[in-house]
Amino acid sequence: MGTALLIALLLLPLAGGVVVALLRGDDRVAKLVAITVALAELVLAVLAWLSYVPGAARIQFAGSVGWISRIGVHLSFGVDGIALAMIGVIALLVPVVIGAGWADKVPEGRTVSGMLSLILVQQSLMVAVFAATDVFVFYVLFEIMLVPMYFLIGGYGGARRQYAAVKFFLYSFFGGLIMLASVIGCYALAADRTGGGSFDWATLVAVTKEAPLSTQVWLFFGFFLAFAIKAPLVPLHTWLPDAAEQAPIGVAVILVGVLDKVGTFGFLRYCLPMFPDASRTLAPLVIVLGVLGVLYGSLLATGQRDLKRFIAYVSIAHFGFIAIGIFAFTSQAQVGAVTYMVNHSLATGMLILVIGMVIARGGSTSIADYGGMAKLTPLLAGMFLVAGLSTLSLPGTNSFISEFLVLLGSYPTQPVAAVFATIGMILAALYVLWLYQRIMQGPVRGAALIPSEPADAAPARTRIVDLSGREVAVLAPMVALIVLLGVYPKPVLDVVTPSVAATLTSVGAADPVVAQEGK
Amino acid sequence: MTGSSLLAGGVHPAVHTLDAASASADGVAQFAWLLLALPLCGAVVLLVGGRSTNKWGHLLGCGTVILAFCYGLALFLSTTASSVAGRVQELHIFSWIPVNALQVDFGLRIDPLSVTFVLLITGVGALIHVYSVGYMSHDADRRRFFAYLNLFVAAMLLLVLGNGFVTLYFGWEGVGLASYLLIGWYQNRPSAATAAKKAFLMNRVGDVGLAIAIFLMFANLGTTQYSEVFARIGTLPSGTILAISLLLLLGACGKSGQFPLQAWLPDAMEGPTPVSALIHAATMVTAGVYLIARANPIYDLTADGRLAVTIIGTITLLIGCVIGCAYDDIKKVLAYSTVSQIGYMILAVGLGPIGYALGIIHLLTHGFFKAGLFLGAGSVMHAMNDEVDMRKFGGLARKMPVTFVTFGLGYLALIGFPFLSGYYSKDAIIEAAFGQEGWRGWVFGGAAMLGVALTAFYMTRLMLMTFFGKQRWKDLRSSEGEEFHPHEAPAVMTIPMIVLAIGSVGAGFFFTSDNRIARWLEPSLGELRETGHGPIPQLWLTVLSVGLMVVGAGLAWLFVGRKPVPVTKPEKVSWVVRAARYDLYGNALNEALFANPGAALTRALVTADDKGVDGTVTGVAGLLGFLSSWLRRTQTGFVRSYALTMLGGSVLVVAALLMVRFA
Repeated sequence: MGTALLIALLLLPLAGGVVVALLRGDDRVAKLVAITVALAELVLAVLAWLSYVPGAARIQFAGSVGWISRIGVHLSFGVDGIALAMIGVIALLVPVVIGAGWADKVPEGRTVSGMLSLILVQQSLMVAVFAATDVFVFYVLFEIMLVPMYFLIGGYGGARRQYAAVKFFLYSFFGGLIMLASVIGCYALAADRTGGGSFDWATLVAVTKEAPLSTQVWLFFGFFLAFAIKAPLVPLHTWLPDAAEQAPIGVAVILVGVLDKVGTFGFLRYCLPMFPDASRTLAPLVIVLGVLGVLYGSLLATGQRDLKRFIAYVSIAHFGFIAIGIFAFTSQAQVGAVTYMVNHSLATGMLILVIGMVIARGGSTSIADYGGMAKLTPLLAGMFLVAGLSTLSLPGTNSFISEFLVLLGSYPTQPVAAVFATIGMILAALYVLWLYQRIMQGPVRGAALIPSEPADAAPARTRIVDLSGREVAVLAPMVALIVLLGVYPKPVLDVVTPSVAATLTSVGAADPVVAQEGK
Repeated sequence: MTGSSLLAGGVHPAVHTLDAASASADGVAQFAWLLLALPLCGAVVLLVGGRSTNKWGHLLGCGTVILAFCYGLALFLSTTASSVAGRVQELHIFSWIPVNALQVDFGLRIDPLSVTFVLLITGVGALIHVYSVGYMSHDADRRRFFAYLNLFVAAMLLLVLGNGFVTLYFGWEGVGLASYLLIGWYQNRPSAATAAKKAFLMNRVGDVGLAIAIFLMFANLGTTQYSEVFARIGTLPSGTILAISLLLLLGACGKSGQFPLQAWLPDAMEGPTPVSALIHAATMVTAGVYLIARANPIYDLTADGRLAVTIIGTITLLIGCVIGCAYDDIKKVLAYSTVSQIGYMILAVGLGPIGYALGIIHLLTHGFFKAGLFLGAGSVMHAMNDEVDMRKFGGLARKMPVTFVTFGLGYLALIGFPFLSGYYSKDAIIEAAFGQEGWRGWVFGGAAMLGVALTAFYMTRLMLMTFFGKQRWKDLRSSEGEEFHPHEAPAVMTIPMIVLAIGSVGAGFFFTSDNRIARWLEPSLGELRETGHGPIPQLWLTVLSVGLMVVGAGLAWLFVGRKPVPVTKPEKVSWVVRAARYDLYGNALNEALFANPGAALTRALVTADDKGVDGTVTGVAGLLGFLSSWLRRTQTGFVRSYALTMLGGSVLVVAALLMVRFA
């Protein structure tokens, strides 16, 4: 049952993508088919969530078919709590993104069905990359995953979309190739130790974790670099602002919300269990990069003049928190990091959507072109604030749980880093509330809202209107989840905690024990 | 007292060892979640319901808080009816953040301290809700205002009722949000948005302190629940306890507008006046005092931590008084008065077991008279086209008699006029401060005593400029160019003022006679202890403080009562006044130390990131740069570029394999 469910999750969007691609002639039908497929996928994800048993086998819903038998590659799939959480996020975001972009125009010469088809194919690949339990298959998916995204940015993006798409592709591809070197290294190691090569994740883990530290360090770096580019960690982040700026809004949501999480997922699934000694040795380095990311990303977010680049730097700061949480090696911090991956998708995903709605109304991505918009669009302003409050991790929103867990959990093992990262809380309040003030508060101002030419001279600008019913319907589930997961996060924590415990055990780390009387 | 406890159900995975003094909630206390649910429902209905609730929104807003007050009364009566040992109860609601060793409970602690705050918050809150019906009647968005006020009440109740430091933190930032929303209420004023953001940011600085204190507790004790932290705090080394106490103090400074984080509170007066009364005078800003009193088992163990608290309180009470003397804006004078009075409370709780109750008592009496004073100021502004400059007031006593009398009683209570509220609560603090050993008694006691004279000065100045003298507004026009026609406020506004005025008169005597409140709070704050005897006998202290009060008031009369008040602010003033007008350069200091360097750093980083980091990374990958242009030129380039990068990859693979072999 579980395995069938996972196969359906993997293939449904792909099949949907093919069907949608064939519907070139009729945008409306293409949209309807796409949203139906996306909603069906969401139902499947909910079913998978319900049938997953937290605390039972580490990898559930497992299935495997031989592929390249000469070198022992199998199409093996299965999920743990972490992968399941990410698959849930994808399944949620894709219908939201399709709904949000319902009325968007595509560039000259492109079709709506093409874009939707690519989004669905992308969804399939992302589900697969999280579900893969064969390291070679993971590598292949890690690279192929770039292709639809390349076309989504390069084909449907803004004015400098070609540059951004190529930059995105090459950065990621380069990282992937270095990872390939490590993957082959692992294979060679396994062939050496066991007599027969394998790419099976569990088999490789058993071999590589016994390797000498120096070997582990080299192999670790191969994986780490690929994931650090993907995540992205400072200083490998510079592709993200360009990509996020040029990508269409919905694609930016998928890019920042899910695709980037493959990097942090990779830390958890590959770097830590496969190279435990190297992970422990190099943890301080990653923690420093994480803290750097938090502070650097936050300061740069504060200084941005462009709405979409702002989002990219906010995400860079948040990825810093996730990296700290993963490499602090306590269950609280790592559960925090995993839930951060989910919550960042919700909070930042919603922020991108809301910013997209602002841009759709004003026609400009420059922050300076807006001001006092709350007077014209109070509902949009309210949604903006909710997304912003979640972004700054206000208690009562989902992000608070994860940020709090990361910091609280990091403190026992990495006190200095935790304290510095906590400063990120102040900076988050600064960049969110300052942006809100500049765009929403005060008297109505800005070129995007008040046309400079007399109204009759220029083609009449569409009046700035508040959210439509469709837009509210797209955002409402996000708001509900943001509040629900902030007040009652237990269902997610319960699914994630056993998988994190397994990861920590495999890296040989245990929670610091507090000397307690009577316990 | 265990009875039908919710904990006994066995659904709760974490076994909390409740400390000996607390029991699971039963009876009336089982329904304490209603206190949070009622105002929260109000807020949600009003926000989600939108404009369709405009007609009755304000009634719902008042109703939920009045109901919460009624429940609070029942809770209070049932608590007093139970034995002293059974007055500390815990109500588990659900498991909030459970991750292995960390078990954060969403639960309430119902004890005399929290019940006292419940009465203050819902009582004063209900009065101010009612007042707001009148005050905000001209605002098209009144419904949303009530939604925010309800949200505030819910968050504030969570702050005082939560049974652990994380639930406290939830409420702590929740009230910060409500405060942010309400300070920025007037959308047209850019200054309101700036003030709101400033308040949130400076609060976040304090919140970081609170957060790190929580991290320290978890790292060292493995828990963040009050009952467990307080039971085991004594096992920690003194350095850790000191660190926790100082970090909690940082949190208190942010929320309560204490030095060095005081600058946001006066700016917060951009909000509507009922907000200033409820949030920025009577309840939220006193949360820091609550925090320190609540954490008394921690402060009991660290004399250095307590000393730091006392010093902060002393500095702040003087800063507040001095700046309060220089402002002409009626709300800002009251705001600095709040800063200063909270300084007294912080000073008191810093004195340890003898002072916790004194701080709370002053907090309660202050809640009455300061809320009353703000409502009075609101009534004056309501009558004067929202004018706040006292130089444009004058002679309003006859035009608005109810406001004048209620405001006057609040004024007398604040300056410590004998037998009114402030007299009892403040004199007890001064006496306790003088009771400290050695230099501390003289310094803290002396500062508190000096504060009495300054308080009398600035408040008398405010009274004289507003209610007495020439009716200066007669020859002036409002900013919209209209004539002023001051009038008394409607009953919906004056009745809350009258109720609060009664409290200003009688609460002090009622609370302190027979040590009523102090004894009631014993289960929460520890056994009541006598104030030590200082070098000056108590009678002399009373005489001295009343004398200084008269001197301060007399000086104020000499400066502003005797001669006409100029309508424009005199520019030729001494450096003291100039410094006070600039908030003793608090804002300038913040800008020089944080804002300007931060902005410069950000600008530099933005440039560096665009040019430097991106350039370096892209530059080092020179091959990639070449590839990218090539890729763009060739339409079928994909396959070939794959081939080329594959080649590069293979080189890397071989290199890596060689290294692995050699390693």
